[in-house]
Amino acid sequence: MLLDVARGFVRDQAPIEAVRAQLETDTGFDAGTWRSMVEMGWAGIALPDTVGGAGMGVGSAVPVFEALGGGLLGTPLLSSTLAGQLIWRAAGESAADWLGRLCSGSVGTIAYLDGGDWGASNMGVALGADGALAGAKSYVADASVADVFVVVASEGGAPVLAVVERSSVADSAISENVLIDLTKRAANVDFSGVTPAEVVRGDAVSVAIRDTLLLGALLTAAETTGAANKCLASITEYLKTRKQFGKLIGSYQALKHPTVDIYVGMENARSFVYHGATIVGDEALDQDAEIACRMAKVAADEVMVFAGDRSVQFHGGFGFTWECDSTLFIRRAQWAQQMYGGAIHHRKRLASLLLDS
Amino acid sequence: MSDNKAALNAFRNDVSAWMAENVPTDPGFLLPLTFLEVGTEQQLDFLREWQHKLWSAGYLGMHWPSEYGGQGADPAYQYIVDKALAKHNAPIIFNTIGLNWVGPLLLDMGTDEEKAKYIKNILSGEEIWCQGFSEPDHGSDLGAVQTRAVRDGDDYVVNGSKIWTTLGNYADHMILLARTNPNTERKYDGLSFFLSPMKIDGVEAHPIRKVTGEYGFNQTFFTDARIPASCLMGEEGGGWMVAMKTLEYERGVTAGQASGYWGVTIQVDDMIEELSKLEHDGEPLLSDPVVRDDLVGFIMEAKALSLTGRRSGIPALTSDYPMGLALSVKYRGTEYERRMKQYTASKQGAQSALYVGDADAVSGGFWQRAYFSNFGATIGGGTTQVQANIVAEHVLGLPK
Repeated sequence: MLLDVARGFVRDQAPIEAVRAQLETDTGFDAGTWRSMVEMGWAGIALPDTVGGAGMGVGSAVPVFEALGGGLLGTPLLSSTLAGQLIWRAAGESAADWLGRLCSGSVGTIAYLDGGDWGASNMGVALGADGALAGAKSYVADASVADVFVVVASEGGAPVLAVVERSSVADSAISENVLIDLTKRAANVDFSGVTPAEVVRGDAVSVAIRDTLLLGALLTAAETTGAANKCLASITEYLKTRKQFGKLIGSYQALKHPTVDIYVGMENARSFVYHGATIVGDEALDQDAEIACRMAKVAADEVMVFAGDRSVQFHGGFGFTWECDSTLFIRRAQWAQQMYGGAIHHRKRLASLLLDS
Repeated sequence: MSDNKAALNAFRNDVSAWMAENVPTDPGFLLPLTFLEVGTEQQLDFLREWQHKLWSAGYLGMHWPSEYGGQGADPAYQYIVDKALAKHNAPIIFNTIGLNWVGPLLLDMGTDEEKAKYIKNILSGEEIWCQGFSEPDHGSDLGAVQTRAVRDGDDYVVNGSKIWTTLGNYADHMILLARTNPNTERKYDGLSFFLSPMKIDGVEAHPIRKVTGEYGFNQTFFTDARIPASCLMGEEGGGWMVAMKTLEYERGVTAGQASGYWGVTIQVDDMIEELSKLEHDGEPLLSDPVVRDDLVGFIMEAKALSLTGRRSGIPALTSDYPMGLALSVKYRGTEYERRMKQYTASKQGAQSALYVGDADAVSGGFWQRAYFSNFGATIGGGTTQVQANIVAEHVLGLPK
């Protein structure tokens, strides 16, 4: 089963020492690990076999990301997967060349945010009549290792996808963000004066953007849920081994009961994530799928923040140190909760979807 | 497979038609919300007749063996009936301790003689069952119970007191956990499990009033009560394991219950419907962004309970904590219900303070009554706090 294969891979490739070793590197991941993932077909897992993908549908990526989250593994797989989804949903088979490259391991990433507001129109980068872009994008995940940028831009007010080769972007245009979560990488990228290699236009673009943002929420939620599950395991391990006042600290209900709540939150998030996995497909996301993606994101974020926070607290003095793995989890929470929209963003939209018929 | 689906669909239609014809109308007096609140003879007679009607139609304990009054059918059929009961707002099926705890226990661990003696009358409603586990001094710590059963010839003589005996004043039988040996090293090894008669000399049930203002449970006193030795289920000293098995059925950890419709089901949609009729600041309550956000939370909790219920049947997706979902279902579900009932009961302006009986009470005080009543679920059958310990210790492996 895919989940077991993915977990086995992560266990081998990313014991915690390997993760820590990558924290302060430029890319944040091991090139060999990425190569292995590409060779296993993961880069194309969500794309159709007609363009070199696995043809298993985007839902099949969920267990893979859950496993990667459990290992806090870097690599640009999420960025590439979502870039592929955006291109595929907007352009279909006509973009076979781009999609084929992504399946073979070229790194793609979406440049979406103008400022920091996931709920804004984010149409601040303009594609001019001269064919060049004007403007900059913020927090572009894996920008410094991307081979292809899919830039969400405005052409006279209409949304277009400007597909940009890395070679067209000067090194000086990429300004790395200082992230709390050192297992992730992102940068601001100035696309001014850059001519895209291809522009995807048409009616399918805005739906493609909308759906990819939702899939970004779902796959981030999958990754986050895996991380929360791992965090839970690290908490219970500590509670079963650390003694104070002559007793194992896990026997104290002040620690025991909130840990149960972390467990319950994790199982809820898992249920939402797997529900999302079963109802998203290649076609445009319907309302049920939208609700599923948003609920998954809300649930995963909530448990991750809670788990990371309690992990620091419940490890006592040690929990407050860099050396304790709690720091990795609490930092992952800070990244994940905003990515593709935070709780306020999704809950507000869920209120309309669920209550206004 | 499609034949099966067609059969179930046909059955669903038949059941719906039967319900439309046969579900009794409002009798003009207050009915219990759950089996825990049967407090008057009037309620008892009404519900007993209704259960008998349902069973006679072949719709109760459908998956139990036909030789004992069931239909020998797939559990899917009973599930359809339970859903239809809820949909038609039917009165509850009240003989729950018999139907959902004792019946499955006997089918699982009882002798053929015990099954032949008791099962059919559980289903028909002819014999009512209660449970004698908790005592005034030993509730959560069930292993420490002290009610004594001393062998004397062909009988056991029982002395002591049980408490929170739901249906005790109406019951014909009790599943009784009593101490046959006070001198064991481990307290659990001195316990025995009896299928005890209730309507005999020396057994008295005194009704206790609840926070809801209603009745439903009792304190039961045993004063030199003689019960036949044949009432012993299993071996002397083997009672703890039988009691633990009973709790599995009681807590919904293990399947086999005759009917899930032991209480009025309250869905999140009911909550939304109620709130949609209310106002605050002269505006519809549902236009308030705070209320809307709160409702998103409740809807998500309800959805999580439903999705998690489905996922618990898929081993590949529960392999990390295989018993986790089953063992946490009471913890998750009853606490969600407590909060959503309190929420709805508190959004009614000044009418939040009115109770059943006041003509101006919103929905007849339904939510206030349901909220108070809910404590039966968060306290009984193992308190929420005990459930948290169970999940912590048996699912997460944390130390006692």
